[in-house]
Amino acid sequence: MRVLQIIETAYRATIEEQDDTVVYMTHALHGAGATESVLLRGNAVNYAVADQDASGLRFGTWRQSEPPRIAADVASLLEKHVDVFAVVEDLEERGLREEMLIRGIKTLPRGELAGLLERFDQIWHW
Amino acid sequence: MADRTTLTFLLMDAPFENARTTTAFRLLQAAVSRGHNVNVFAYEGAVALPFIRQRGHANPVHGRDAAQEDHPLPRNWVAELLRLAGEQGTKLDWVNCGLCVDERGVEEAVEGTRRGAPAEFWKMAVSSHNTLVIATK
Repeated sequence: MRVLQIIETAYRATIEEQDDTVVYMTHALHGAGATESVLLRGNAVNYAVADQDASGLRFGTWRQSEPPRIAADVASLLEKHVDVFAVVEDLEERGLREEMLIRGIKTLPRGELAGLLERFDQIWHW
Repeated sequence: MADRTTLTFLLMDAPFENARTTTAFRLLQAAVSRGHNVNVFAYEGAVALPFIRQRGHANPVHGRDAAQEDHPLPRNWVAELLRLAGEQGTKLDWVNCGLCVDERGVEEAVEGTRRGAPAEFWKMAVSSHNTLVIATK
């Protein structure tokens, strides 16, 4: 069974979770034998950006020693041969240029989404 | 039993936060009432849905005490759906994401639910006719 994980809502408690819970789930299911791809759309296209830094959170004397590293978690999916797509128009609206993205991420225009979705047995929209 | 439809739902919203939760429970009830086998994987905040320490409260704005207010509690909805599934002779398998439970300290859950890892969700999905993810937005 081939599943497309569509991530649309970005940075949902990522500081507290130390990761994105859907990216985490994608890794976990891959480990369980799932065949998956990821589509980043809406605000979540920012997950495709290579140079993200969420470090530095402090409350009083407490400081976060292990911040989320979303770009590394996405790059790690690519290393596991999980395809990661991002919607071109959503990138452009946010001023995110191709050279800012993690190497290996595939971009596609909205007009090609239907064709992409046809390639999967199930679509899970997060 | 073998020819029953099996449906898997992933729930993600915490209780008392979103109307999606009520809608999700209505879908679960519809599936169970129609004799379908149902799997639920409660992820992130949704693991608090069957937390047994949920308590109703009085509502001063309504001018009612706790008994009069009869506050809806999702833990009761989970218990009732489990009871309904038993009555229908269908399966309702409710699995709480274990790490999500630990993060929130809500391990005391309604009897009949259990904890599991995301791999459990994958097993549910591949053994189901279809899967619906109802995510937090």
